[in-house]
Order: sequence, then C-alpha cells, then structure tokens
Amino acid sequence: MRHDDPRPPLSSSRPLLEIRDLNLDFGTPRGRIHALRNVSLDVPAGQVVGIVGESGSGKSTLAYTVMGLLPESADVKAGSILFEGKDLLKMPAPARRSLLGDRLSMIFQDPMTALNPVRTIESQMIDIQHHEQGSRSEKRTRALEMLHRVGIPDPQSRIGAYPHQFSGGMRQRVCIAMALLVKPALLVADEPTTALDATLEVQIIHLLKDLQKEIGCSILFVSHHLGAVAELCDRVAVMFAGEVVEEGAVRDIFHNPAHPYTRALLECDPGRIKKSTRTLPTIPGEVPSLLGSKEGCIFRTRCPQAFNRCLQENPVEYRIGVDHVARCHLLDEERLVSA
Amino acid sequence: MSALLRVEDLRVRFRTMGPLKALATGTKAPFIDAVCGVSFEIRKGETLALVGESGSGKSTIARTIIGLQRAVSGSISFDGQEIEELSGAERKPYLRRMAMMFQDPIGSLSPRLTVRSLLTEPFRIHGLKRRDAGGEAERLLRMVGLPADFARRYPHQLSGGQARRVGIGRALALNPDLIIADEPTAGLDVSVQGEVLNLLARIQDELGMAILIITHNLNVVRHMTDRMAIMYLGRFIEVGSTERIFEHPRHPYTEALLAANPEPDPDAVLNRIELKGEVPSPMSRPSGCEFHTRCRYSQDICSRVFPEPTASREDAHHSFKCHFPLERETAMPIEQRRLSVAGPTLK
Amino acid sequence: MVGVEVMRPKLSDATDTGAFRTFLGQFRKNRLGMLGAVLVILIAAIAIFAPLMITHDPIRIMVGPRLAAPSLDFLLGTDQLGRDTFSRTIMGGRIPLLVAFASLGSSLAVGLVLGLIAGFGPRWLDNLLLLLFDTIRSFPSIIFALAMIALLGPSLASVILVIAITSMPIYARVVRTQTEALRSSEYIAVERSMGAGTTRILAVHVLPNVFGPLLILVSMDVPAVIAIEAGLSFLGMGVRPPTPDWGAILNDGYSYINQTPWLVIAGGIPIVLATLGFTFLGEALRDIFDPKLRKDL
Repeated sequence: MRHDDPRPPLSSSRPLLEIRDLNLDFGTPRGRIHALRNVSLDVPAGQVVGIVGESGSGKSTLAYTVMGLLPESADVKAGSILFEGKDLLKMPAPARRSLLGDRLSMIFQDPMTALNPVRTIESQMIDIQHHEQGSRSEKRTRALEMLHRVGIPDPQSRIGAYPHQFSGGMRQRVCIAMALLVKPALLVADEPTTALDATLEVQIIHLLKDLQKEIGCSILFVSHHLGAVAELCDRVAVMFAGEVVEEGAVRDIFHNPAHPYTRALLECDPGRIKKSTRTLPTIPGEVPSLLGSKEGCIFRTRCPQAFNRCLQENPVEYRIGVDHVARCHLLDEERLVSA
Repeated sequence: MSALLRVEDLRVRFRTMGPLKALATGTKAPFIDAVCGVSFEIRKGETLALVGESGSGKSTIARTIIGLQRAVSGSISFDGQEIEELSGAERKPYLRRMAMMFQDPIGSLSPRLTVRSLLTEPFRIHGLKRRDAGGEAERLLRMVGLPADFARRYPHQLSGGQARRVGIGRALALNPDLIIADEPTAGLDVSVQGEVLNLLARIQDELGMAILIITHNLNVVRHMTDRMAIMYLGRFIEVGSTERIFEHPRHPYTEALLAANPEPDPDAVLNRIELKGEVPSPMSRPSGCEFHTRCRYSQDICSRVFPEPTASREDAHHSFKCHFPLERETAMPIEQRRLSVAGPTLK
Repeated sequence: MVGVEVMRPKLSDATDTGAFRTFLGQFRKNRLGMLGAVLVILIAAIAIFAPLMITHDPIRIMVGPRLAAPSLDFLLGTDQLGRDTFSRTIMGGRIPLLVAFASLGSSLAVGLVLGLIAGFGPRWLDNLLLLLFDTIRSFPSIIFALAMIALLGPSLASVILVIAITSMPIYARVVRTQTEALRSSEYIAVERSMGAGTTRILAVHVLPNVFGPLLILVSMDVPAVIAIEAGLSFLGMGVRPPTPDWGAILNDGYSYINQTPWLVIAGGIPIVLATLGFTFLGEALRDIFDPKLRKDL
C-alpha cells in the first residue's frame, strides 16, 4: 500500500482536540433523532481538519457540539470531547464559557447574523477581548491591526461602521478578524464560504490559510465544498448520516478514497468531469432517516457494493494507512482475502 | 434560423431612493443600472447560460423577460412578437409558453398547497379547468421521477432535491417552449445537483424546449449548455459557445471564474486565481473597463477607455470586451494549467 | 401532447383536507385547547337554543318571591324583582355573544380586505390606509365609545359599531404586515411568472397564510368584547333593562350581594367561563399555527 506520502509525521504529543465515541440525539415530536453516532476525531495542534458531508450528515452539529452551542433539544448520550486534555462535556458551564472567545472561537456561515447589527465593529471587537489585559485604546489598536491583516481597506475609518455597511465578503473578513483577535488555540469554522461568491471564496480560503500559519492555531473547517477542503485542510473527516465514515490525511482522502461514499462524493463533484456529458454521476437514494435504531451499515441503501454483511453488522473502523481509517466491510474482506 | 427569444439592448434600473429624497439630497441619478445594454437570442431547443456572481444582473434579466420587472429601454421579443410592453392579460398567452424556475427549491412552492395542486396550478391559472387534475399530476410526477404518492405531500415534507423536481414538473405542466432556470442547483448537495441537471437534460432531449440557465456555477454550465454569456456589473463581457470558452477563455474575469471552481484535488488547486477586492458597487462604476480594479493584467488604458466588443479571430460567434484578451500562450486550457502545477501524483 | 383530455368532472380544488387533518390531530393533543373548544361550543349552543331551555319568562317580574334562594322551581333563585335568574342567565348570553360576533366579524371582514389592499396594493395606497388605521387607533377607545354612544344613543347597534371600528385597524395591520412579507416571497413570484392575476394570488396563496394568525387574534379578542359589553351594560350604556344580559345580572347582583350571593354567581360564572373558553381556544390555535412548531410536523 502507499506509505510514501509526503504528509508531515504526526507529532507524538497529544492532539489539541480529541473527540471520542460521541453520540448525540435530538428530541423531536416524532421521536429521537440520532444525529451523531460513535464519532471520533482528532484535531492535532497547528493543523487544519476538514469535515465534509452533505446536508444532514451532522457536520455542523459536530461543530456546534464542540462549541457548546447546541439547542436544548440536543442530548449528548455518550462520549467525550477533550480539549487541551480537559473534557468539555464534564466541565462546569462557567469554566466552559470562559474558554469561548479565548481558547476557542468560531466563524459562521452567515456573517450578517453572527454580528450584532446595532453595534459598531469597533465596540464588538473591543468587547470580544474581555479576557485580555490592557486599556481600551490598546484593544482598539489590536483590533485595527487585525482588520488591516484580514484585508479591510482603510481600517481607521471603517472600524466605526456598522455590520450592514460592509459587503458580504468584507463582513466575513470582519468575523474572521474577531475570531482570531483573541489568538485562539482552535478556530471552528462552520461553512464560512458557503454564502460567498466563488471569487470571494478563493480570497477567504487563502486568508484563512495564511492566518492559520501566522497564528499557529488549529482549524476545524466544516464544509460541503470539496474544492475548499482540498485546498485548505491537512486532514479530512468524511461524514455521512451522523457517522464519520472515513478519516485521513487530505491526500489519502482525495487520491485514495477507501469508503464507497467518499468515492461517490468525489465522483459527483462537477469540477472533476472534464468531458462534456449529458449524464452526470449521482448518488442514488435519499439520506436515511436517523429516527430509531439502525442495524448494519448506514450507507448500505445507497451503496453500489453493499452485500449481506452490510445489512447485519455496523462496520467498525478499519485501518488502511498509517492514519487513514474507514468504516466499510469491504476493507475487512480485502484483508481476509489477502491473508 | 429564427430566434425563439430575442433580447436587444435591454436596460433595467432600480431606484435607490424616492424622488423626494433624491431632490432633497441633490442626487441627480437616484438609480442603479442593474442591466445595461444586454443583447442576446435563444433559438428553439437551444440552451444558453448567463453566468455571473451576485449583483451581476443575471437574475434581473430573467425577471424582466418573465415580466416581474420593467425595462427602461430595449426590446424583448418572443417568437417574433414584442412582449416587453405587454402587461397583465396581454402577456398571459406568452407566459403559457415559458416557465421560470426560481432559486429556492422549497421557498418557490406555496406552503399550503399539496404537490398535486402545485403541479396543476398552471392549468387553473390558464383556465384549463376541465383537465383531469389527478392524472396530470401523476403524469408530471412520473416525468420528474417521483413516486405517485408524493401528490399528497406538502412542500415542507420534501427534501431540497424532491422540491426541485416538483418545481421542474410544474414548469413542464404546459409543455413550454422556453424554461428559465434561475440557479437550478442552488442549495442542493453535489450528489443531488447531478440528478437535477440530468433530469433537465433528459427532459430537454425528450421535449426539445429551449433553456435559459442562470447560474454562478460554471460547472453547471459546462455539461448543460450550448452557449454562454459571462456577466459583470450588468454587462456581457464574454459571449460564445460553451466549449470554446472553456477551452480558451479570452477575458481575464472568465479565466478567474473558471479557476475558482477547480477539481477537488489537494495537489492541483494551487492555481486558483485570486482576484483583488470585490465587485464594485453599481452606484459608482469604475471608469474605462469596469473590471480593471480587480484585473491582474490591468494597464493604463484599461482605466480610461471602455473596451468595445471584439470577435475572436477563430470564431466569429465568440466575442469579448477586453483590451488585452488572453492569448493561447497565456491562457492555457484549464486542465493543462492545472496539470502543470500538479504535485507528485500518488498511485 | 398534453392536450389529450380525459373528461372527468371530479377536479376538486379542496387541497387542504390533509392540512386540516393534521391540524385536528394536533388540536386533540392540546388539552386546554380542547377544554376551550368544548366550553365555547357549549356556551354557543346554550345561547342559540336558549328559548327552548328557559323555565320561566325571563322578563316577567314577580314570577316568584324576591331574592329567593335556588329551588326546584327557580334553579338559580330569583332577583330583586322576582324574576327567574336561571332563565335570565341562559338568555343573558345571547347579547354578549351577538355583540362579539357581530362586531368582530364585521371588523374582521373590513380589516382583512383593507389589510390585503394595503399589503399588496401600490405604495401610496398603503401609506394612505396606514394613516387611516393610525388615526382610528389614536383615539382613546373609551372616550371614543362614550362619544359614539352620546351621538347615536345607547343601543346595541352603537356598542357593536364602536367595537367594530376600534378593533378593525389592529386586524388590518396584522393582515398588512403578513401580506407584505408574503408579497416578496418566491412562490408569489412564481405565481406571477405563470400569469396568475392578483385576485387569484390573494385568494389562493395569501389568504390561507394570513387567516390563521387572524383567527387567533379574533378568538382572543372575544373575551375582551364580552367584558366591554358587560362593562357598558354595567354602566348603563349598553342594553336597557329589562333585557337579560350577564353584565346587567352582575350589576344587580352587586347591589344585593348582602342579601344573596346567587345573582353575582349567576352573572359572573358565565362571563368567567366564556372568557376562559375563548382564551384557551385562541392560545391553542396560536400554538398550532406558530410556524416554528409547524416546521416539525
């Protein structure tokens, strides 16, 4: 197999964020929705980890769980989220809150709703530094530096403006400036480029990449856009219907996808299709309902390669490369055949 | 060949403030020009794409064709008949022959109607009351590949892809000559996008209607359309056959757009072209070539002189507005360009 | 070709049976709502069939002794003029309910039409109508009521008119706001793009969406109207004696509360029950029509 990948070796120290066997339900009038099932994921320090998946895959739920921003109907059934060695789920609420906007910060899909519309950028950017020492004018200076860094032209005069006075792309830049102002250890980015035009998406991805290198933080980058993930991330987790079906270094995932879903997803991306064709590849079927308990592999109803075992048994993680894992029985069968 | 739809020198403007306020603030032109002087035609059975980013005016053109928006000047003719001036009842017979699909798959379905009534709404609007509604709904559902029992569902019980299929079914109800599809894949997952585009292509093959696709996503355009027009700030900046433009874009903006939707490959995406800044406000249009503020090839003349449309030497139907159009040497076809920077392939 | 027509007369446009069924299903689960509905139906039925239920002529005086306690003959006793309180209470519901339905019904109809026009019509008409709504609302309602009664004379008609005029702007504004929000929605644009006329858009696509919230408002206003009617009668500005009316019975009861509690009970309990019934009903409707809850269906 391929072990000659140029990916930097994982540091032996503990990952910054370790999600272990996370199970999360939403209570709804129709019953319990198992939104996350046995999710395990590491975010090593200083790396960008992408979560890709389609709508309903649970990728945003996972991001919100890390931030502790879930609605009341959410119920964590099992698992742990270790951040810098401490379990966020067992932490008392005030301690967890004090991590937000300090060690952990977030940027959202819609930059308009993420900013307070009736306050100036200046006051919001000064407020967010409430964990930091220093006078108001020092904080303002830091805010100005950061706005300049994220590419807001003429920050001196723009800092007094209100969010609606910025365009969509500029607003997302302001959000990034606010999130990184506190020099977090982990930035959670939930679809930050989805609402933007393609040429602006390129700008934001490049900006995030540069800033990440500069500050040295980790990023948990949630997106449905494979191109953005391929460009920004070091590691990728592919989610389907509440499960992480494959995880590995970005090159492993994009060059040697092991799970049938990952393969199908990559095939569907229209950017891949070079020849003019009237029939584009699709993944037939619908995302399965997450109500009630499920036996077997969650992807089996849409999988072209499903066989008997997939109906009965939920696949465990099979290791393919040094740190490339996927949940698919085919991998086990292959191993049995070769052995 | 006769044009099904012909748009000539279309101009659409929006008011930015009321006449009183304009007078009080001394604003001479309280308007923004959303569409300024656009001409194109669609032949029977042809597919044309209008491509541009938000604010380029592409959706405004669609809304003007269908009559939701008034033009300031210019003409829109359908099957040889001028329709821009028509209103209400006069326009209705033409609306029967074209159908528009809007961006939001679920939001464009009236929330309190069942799929069955949604699909048969066009019949009722056009007074075709005696049709067998149940049978028609069933026929349309079959056409768009949904099970017959979906007729009883409500829009909120549909997924985005299913809702989009219902929208396509409704557009097909009266067997139109032209379908206008505004961002047909917006808000859909990649796996579902393919389904929707395949469905549109299949239906076009079967029924032979013309399609006008409005999108920002060039990947949608490539497999669906015969010709495309790229818009920037309410103007066409490049027009030509889809194949030709993908192979050899001449305008730097087109080049950047093509590069912005790359193949998802960690080793090949290094060449996404980053444009400077953002689309300027249509209230303060740049002088000369309106793209010069973001263009990496911009020179002195670009900020002074508005570039006139130039036809390509190789293809008279391929035209563009640029002082320094990309030549083959500088603008490689997009795949080649990516191969040249691709890292070691692992296999 | 689509034109192959199978002639079948059965084209029902009744599309909302399914929605109605889900609505009923939700309503059944709401216990207070069910209680409210039962109370409202009961009170309405009693008012409608009151002439069949009374044991004595409610207006005739001295059918029995004055201020008698309940007995088999006089189920709720008698009042200070020796009239049968039970019969008067049964009949006394007709006027408050009549006032509520007549006044709210007419203001609902007018408010709906004006609201739709304001929300969907040209901007200048919208501004004009808003000015009208605000002008009406800027009068203090009690002063307005007193002025109208002084002008028209104390009668049921003037009470109905006053309530209808003062509540109309509230309904119209709700309808206008909802209509305006719907106006820019995509599915209305779709309708227009298919060539639908304004009347069709309003009737098929806007009305069903504004009617729910409006119904909630109205059902929650009924208790207030009953209270206003009772209040005006209490002040002697509503119905004239000897017409039986809950407010009037209550009024009498206060004067003789030292001698007998029955009059106050007979006049007060129905008002309390009617108020509770309509309030529960309105709240249940609001819970069901709330768009956030409806999404979870």
